Amino acid sequence: MAYRPVTTESAPVRWLFIVLAFAILTLFLLLPLAAVFIEAFRRGWEVFTAALTEDAALSAIKLTLLAAAISVPLNTVFGVAAAWLITKFRFKGRAFLLSLIDLPFAVSPVIAGLVFVLMFGAKGWFGPWLIEHDVRIIFALPGIILATVFVTFPFVARELIPLMESQGSDQEEAAVTLGARGWQIFLRVTLPNIKWGLLYGVLLCNARAMGEFGAVSVVSGHIRGKTNTLPLHVEVLYNEYQFSAAFACAALLALLALVTLGLKTAVEHFTGHDSKGRH
Amino acid sequence: MSKQRVIPGFGLSMGITIFWLSAIILIPLAALFIKAAGLGPGEWWAILTSPRVFAAAKLTFGASAAAAAVSTVLGLLVAWVLVRYQFPGRKLLDAIVDLPFALPTAVAGITLTAIYAPSGWLGQHLAKWGIQGAYSPTGVFIALTFIGFPFVVRTVQPVMEDLGPELEEASASLGASRWTTFRRVIFPLLVPALVTGFTLAFARAIGEYGSVIFISGNLPMKTEILPLLIVAQLEQFKYEAAAVIASGMLLVSFSLLFLINLLQRRLDWQTR
Repeated sequence: MAYRPVTTESAPVRWLFIVLAFAILTLFLLLPLAAVFIEAFRRGWEVFTAALTEDAALSAIKLTLLAAAISVPLNTVFGVAAAWLITKFRFKGRAFLLSLIDLPFAVSPVIAGLVFVLMFGAKGWFGPWLIEHDVRIIFALPGIILATVFVTFPFVARELIPLMESQGSDQEEAAVTLGARGWQIFLRVTLPNIKWGLLYGVLLCNARAMGEFGAVSVVSGHIRGKTNTLPLHVEVLYNEYQFSAAFACAALLALLALVTLGLKTAVEHFTGHDSKGRH
Repeated sequence: MSKQRVIPGFGLSMGITIFWLSAIILIPLAALFIKAAGLGPGEWWAILTSPRVFAAAKLTFGASAAAAAVSTVLGLLVAWVLVRYQFPGRKLLDAIVDLPFALPTAVAGITLTAIYAPSGWLGQHLAKWGIQGAYSPTGVFIALTFIGFPFVVRTVQPVMEDLGPELEEASASLGASRWTTFRRVIFPLLVPALVTGFTLAFARAIGEYGSVIFISGNLPMKTEILPLLIVAQLEQFKYEAAAVIASGMLLVSFSLLFLINLLQRRLDWQTR
């Protein structure tokens, strides 16, 4: 008779837990995901493609891509700089700065939009000046970008900081003694070490940027064909009871989520590094 | 600083970080608090204790706490299964956990509504038990559990992976049953991670908007959450009231995160 190790449960208990875990994830996560695609194709392929190729949908897709294409690089530059600062140097207020970088995670997306309305809206701090000079921020692209940058602010930094912390600074210090300059060190020593983590951080940042709803909803003004991003377009269609069209656009966004998760798994496979406990 | 910095780039990285942090996060948040401070304490009190705000706060905090609690129990179980057992499909299961992080909240909102509506796949079964899924406080709870669940798994998982077998072996060799070992040896070591996971899920749930507004039905006094109330104030151009409600929410969220930091330090110290 084989003895079971003392550090695990008996087989029936083990299988009960495994079945329960499968049931939880299927019911809570897979079922909603499946429902997106089933609802999207309920009225056939033609309705699906028509929903994605009508003018309002196309302009929403374009705006979503444009906003992400501007916000993600900005936060990538910030994320790399912040991670460099936090992991390569010890200075007063470092822990405090670290919690400030995390701050946006604790702020409701709606509030992230609200703060920019209070600053740049018609009745905001700079409102009168902006109107006088005919500059539109709220209910226009700059506002959407500001709100997106706010909610995706910590993603790249959060991914890089633990990674660079665990790698230490020995290689960079060696490069300094060999006479390398700042940019050389970053491009030829640090970057090759952090490229997968950086890629994953950028992916997460991009997924959130393209999918952001609350913050963008507050600053966009919902002008159809002009300031509607794809998630906002989903809401408009849904509220007009065009469910199949709403779910068709939602399916496109769900696909983005699936690609992000797939790439994440691939990145972890390449590096053997698990990025857990972050988001 | 007397110590010479070996690695270059301190000034540049500090400059970029401080500039971006101030421009995007700190100054806008300060603008919010200044706007809210424009009203006196009397008006603050009047806004925050008005019946509609009170009802929304009760629902937001109540549903968030319930969702975070359920997420903690489910998350502990799922993390345990993922870390401790080998079985076909484990990798896939592990990848799926992150779905709520990656799925845009509006998508989560409409699909959960479709499933839990009285005519939906799960909603019709809930209806037989007399439970209304969508368009009720239960719907808010369901959406917030969906959103919060991965936080617990991803916080507990690494801590579980780091637990060596020594303590459990010692416990078993002293005659403890498996259940006793879990309860008295393993569980206490997981408490800090569980508390952190709960708080992260709770903090996220308080601010959640996209996934909730579709499933909740948004009836004032009944199924209206605080973030929606902020949007409602904005649409009526009541900027001050919106700023006051937002400031109140932020104060709660920030104190929560501050408390969790303190607690974490104490528990870390105790279990070291």
